[in-house]
Amino acid sequence: MLDWLISLWSDPNTRWILMGCTLLGLGSGVIGSFTFLRRESLLGDTLAHAALPGVCIAFMLHEVKSASLFLIGALVAGIAAVFCVSAITRWTKIKSDAAMGIVLTFFFGVGTVMLTHIQHSGSGSQSGLDKYLFGQAAAMVTSDVYILMGVSVLLVVAAMLLFKEFKLISFDPGFARGIGLPVGLLEHAMLILTTVAVAAGIQAVGVVLVAALLITPAAAARYWTDRLPVMLAYAGVFGALSGASGAAISTLGEGIPTGPVTVLAATLLFVLSLLLAPGRGLLSKTLRHRNLKADYARSAERGALNAAEGGSQK
Amino acid sequence: MMDFWIILTAVLVASTCSILGCFLILRRMALVGDAISHAVLPGIAIAFLMSGTRDSMWMLLGATAFGLLTVFLIQTLQTSGLQSDASIGIVFTALFAVGVLLISLNAQHIDLDLDCVLFGEIAYVPWDTWTLGGTDMGPRAVWMLGITLTVILLLLGLFYKQFKICAFDPAMAVACGIPVLLFHYLLMGMVSMTAVSSFESVGAILVVGMLIIPAATAYLLTNRLGVMIGLSVAVGIVSAVAGYLISYALDASIAGCIVSVAGILFILALILAPKNGLIARFARRRNTAQAV
Repeated sequence: MLDWLISLWSDPNTRWILMGCTLLGLGSGVIGSFTFLRRESLLGDTLAHAALPGVCIAFMLHEVKSASLFLIGALVAGIAAVFCVSAITRWTKIKSDAAMGIVLTFFFGVGTVMLTHIQHSGSGSQSGLDKYLFGQAAAMVTSDVYILMGVSVLLVVAAMLLFKEFKLISFDPGFARGIGLPVGLLEHAMLILTTVAVAAGIQAVGVVLVAALLITPAAAARYWTDRLPVMLAYAGVFGALSGASGAAISTLGEGIPTGPVTVLAATLLFVLSLLLAPGRGLLSKTLRHRNLKADYARSAERGALNAAEGGSQK
Repeated sequence: MMDFWIILTAVLVASTCSILGCFLILRRMALVGDAISHAVLPGIAIAFLMSGTRDSMWMLLGATAFGLLTVFLIQTLQTSGLQSDASIGIVFTALFAVGVLLISLNAQHIDLDLDCVLFGEIAYVPWDTWTLGGTDMGPRAVWMLGITLTVILLLLGLFYKQFKICAFDPAMAVACGIPVLLFHYLLMGMVSMTAVSSFESVGAILVVGMLIIPAATAYLLTNRLGVMIGLSVAVGIVSAVAGYLISYALDASIAGCIVSVAGILFILALILAPKNGLIARFARRRNTAQAV
């Protein structure tokens, strides 16, 4: 066990990937807390699927695989997708869940057409494009890791600088507008940060699973506290732990993919929180319920006894 | 003959999904459909590992069970106080992760490609045939989809009124004495069956497209459930056939082209629909403005 940890740290390539994934988990956990509180968790899923055509167009334009170009492509496609979702919900009777489903599958379908078209056209450099999309952290090169780390730090710093504003628009957008905050602008800023988190995460965990990096740590953190700063810290730590264990465990064997392990680590943390968290966890809820019942039974018994004694004295 | 089988499979996928999609849209459960279609993956992988073959019955049963498990888990999390979007997201990503992990760890035992999980390989359908007692009975996918479609038509035909009331007004359905929960799980069971039998042909994500997009297109065009189901199936079938022809011209993924065509039909409906379309809305608004 110890040897394994030491070997992880001594191999420079693995060390960078480990740090990249840890920071990514941290950044997405923090941003994900805000999207969780705004009940927009599944937006991450839409953004991730919508990134596919963006990445393909970026590749077709420049014919190179470069993480920064893909990031820009994914960002533009994600923003277009969010615009489409809000247009559909505003102008038709279709509800937001169906609108998200339509947009994510349509973008993904178009992306699939582009991807297969690129693959069949057979330009030599296209190999590995699908690796990028289905997430294999081990396939990242050093420059990718730098971008990943830069993006994650950016997310955390932005969340800290705009903490008060984001807090207000997460809990009470009406009040935020009332005191004169530029709510629309801030919502867009948060959306762009979410898109950046998703676009960066795709490479490590893949299109389908990247949404979990935003949702699961934040949902787990919610069980431990009622205070936003504490929740952000918990979510960041949970995300970082999942990212680190995903990257570490996937070095154990040839066929172990990073993404699923990361997501399962996050899910494990969520289940533990759901069961064991003090106050909101299921265990403490059950105990409290039982104590309350026992208290009530005892007091009811005492009441009945008193009443009986009172009756006999008369 | 190859073309015939591929188009027949695509049409069967489209009609099965389009019918169920109408109920999902009306019940505002579009994303539960998304979750189910991802979460059946571990069921498919486990059925592979246990039976060692691509035996359809095992797969259909195992994966349908996982679909229902997904719905159950999502509901349990929701009743324990977690908001619905987060519970959907947590459950389906966790189950999908289990599926991907099972497949990649047992890559030598499971004859299932991860690309195929996401995109589907409808082009291989004609080669994967089902033999019964030595005679070739035709592609396995066509049989599975055929059975699924029959079950759906049978159940919907028998209980159309009940499903309709549950879709529009669950509270009234309860008041009428309809076992709403039973019909809920029946619907979800049918969605799971559809997801499993369409899975290998169109992949996890495009199943969702076929479930939601044709139904949403029909939803824009009419206010009557019967008409909506008919239109939805028509949109699905048109997308399937046109998508196949376009994919041939572009040399690209068939499933991707089918969903893209469905999306384009949706955009057309969005703009041109007689009552709910953008043009009709703006014309109405201008008329009102002039009248004022």
